[in-house]
Amino acid sequence: MGSVVALDSLLQQRRVWRGRQEVPPAKLQPTGHAVLDAALPSGGWHAAALNEILLPAAGSGELQLLWPTLARLTAEDERVVLVAPPAIPFAPAWAQARVALPRLSIIQASGSDALWAAEQCLRSGSCGAVLCWPERTDDRALRRLQVAAETGDTLAFVLRPQREAINASPAALRLLLELRPNQLRVLKCRGGLAPSHALALGH
Amino acid sequence: MRWACILLPQLALDAVLRTREDPLQPLVLVQGPVQRRLVQAVNPAARELGIRRGQTLTAARALSDDFVCVEHDPEHVQYWQTFLAAWAYRFSSHVSLDYPRALLVEVQSSLGLFGPWPRFEQRLRRELTELGFSHRIAVAPNALAARVLVNVADGLAVDELQLPDYLRELPVSRSGFAPEAANALARMGLRKLHQVLALPRASLARRFPRSLLDHLDTLQGLHPLALGAYQPPDDFAGRVEFNFEVESIASLLFPLRRLTGDLAVFLAGRDCGVQRFVLLLEHREGEPTQVPVGLLSAEREPGMLFELARGRLEAVQLRAPVQAFAVRAQELPRFVPAAGELFVERPQQSLAWEQLRERLRARLGDDAVQGLALCADHRPEQAWSAQPQAGAAQLDEPPRPGWLLAEPQPLDDLFPRILCGPERIESGWWDGGDVRRDYYLVETRDGRRAWAFHAAGGAGPMWVHGWFA
Repeated sequence: MGSVVALDSLLQQRRVWRGRQEVPPAKLQPTGHAVLDAALPSGGWHAAALNEILLPAAGSGELQLLWPTLARLTAEDERVVLVAPPAIPFAPAWAQARVALPRLSIIQASGSDALWAAEQCLRSGSCGAVLCWPERTDDRALRRLQVAAETGDTLAFVLRPQREAINASPAALRLLLELRPNQLRVLKCRGGLAPSHALALGH
Repeated sequence: MRWACILLPQLALDAVLRTREDPLQPLVLVQGPVQRRLVQAVNPAARELGIRRGQTLTAARALSDDFVCVEHDPEHVQYWQTFLAAWAYRFSSHVSLDYPRALLVEVQSSLGLFGPWPRFEQRLRRELTELGFSHRIAVAPNALAARVLVNVADGLAVDELQLPDYLRELPVSRSGFAPEAANALARMGLRKLHQVLALPRASLARRFPRSLLDHLDTLQGLHPLALGAYQPPDDFAGRVEFNFEVESIASLLFPLRRLTGDLAVFLAGRDCGVQRFVLLLEHREGEPTQVPVGLLSAEREPGMLFELARGRLEAVQLRAPVQAFAVRAQELPRFVPAAGELFVERPQQSLAWEQLRERLRARLGDDAVQGLALCADHRPEQAWSAQPQAGAAQLDEPPRPGWLLAEPQPLDDLFPRILCGPERIESGWWDGGDVRRDYYLVETRDGRRAWAFHAAGGAGPMWVHGWFA
């Protein structure tokens, strides 16, 4: 223990774990909900990563949560792709939410084709955001989507049933929507501690 | 004028070799009647085995049994020469096929675009090598001189001042004279062209047919030479024949890559794109299997054409082994290149949306990728469309649900909590899709908000038509 080791060289050799990963300065992707943006360490969605939203059932407020982001992206002339949505996106409502419909694409696919399509869209880098409603997903499929989102530098959302909350997920951000009362919990967020209390977005 | 002559010394062999996955495998081309088949051409690997051009096939078989034997087809050679003319048409408006196994290309007028000549030549050589054709190239002020000079040296570029010196040193046997004239000159002891040129014209005219003097004059550029001009056809047809039966799609991928590559070369030459083409899988019996490939916009990028064709091909179930594989393209619309951005915001963007959409359609089906548009109609079923609609304005309506169910479902709640409503939607009596409903905003037991209706005026069962998500 006689020799003095410079801290810098130890850090460079990566022999010391620094306890907290450095968050790379990513593009800011605000969610459009002030309460949620303030609570998340990234100040919004994780750009170029997988964002997971867990729902009790289709129609639990996921569109209220996503519409501001989709409206902002389509207004910036980015393409938004919905892969295997659970029902028909009702055009009048999406237009009321100020989503630019010509920039919206819907891919009808099922099973592994849906995952493949989502991965292709993410990897291509030509989309502003990709939303996917997979029927069945395992850890490996989610990890592929996560890597594809990183490769294509694209905002990715995966919407899954609430019961998946107990399983671990490689997603950078996990949100759980609750119905009664209408609120939202942050289960996991990369780069910081998840707020412990539930957030009410208020429609 | 400046003419480039591209000589294709082993066109027949190259045309066969390029469709094979392993070009290093010994291969010979044979020709002639069944009783006496003669070796027409050999590739280097076959030459190592001791097989030479002109041997009988029996003699070759006696030397080794380890080579592939392909029938020489003069029509096939003709096809490939035409194909290369289509390729060369990209570089010059005047391409001539008048000489066998050679392309004559007028290059002077193209130098402004592709020049200077060394760079232009490099590009020609690179593309020919990529296509798999060995070649020799020479440039001269007139077409005939270029054709003759390419016989003696590869890569010559001769201008008007140098041409007489080069012609003087040309051996008579390689100057392109008719065989009997060349023979006669050789017997007279004339070896080099300058000896022929030194003879008095009158005596040459007496001893030889008129064509000899004409040839000499054309060679020196004193007479103009009329050459046919190649006109590219309006459609593309490429075909690969197998000498064995192919039973799996995977073994068709290599020929497919070649064929789509050829298609792209052809399209680049004609400066057009392709929107629809057909892959034909020919079987021993019956009609060939057709695999149509359709695109939403005209494209010509070889990698993309291959990917799309591959997507369609891999979905095919082969009903019988394949003996030949062909690509046909008949509609060749103008190609409008996509406008690129100078500053790309997302540098990783590797694939444009149009290409991605084609790839998705190729695997998932033509209708898999849809858009979303408004229609000016109050009926929920008619208020949206998957196709773009012109000039549909948004109607002034109360809030609508984000999700619409394709089929209304019964509301399994006896005493629903009605938050809003009723809103009567009554429309469509004129087109048969008559709708008379009262819509309510309903909160279900689990806390979701549904858009539910029952028949107008009545108190029938409630149906969920959408979710306010």
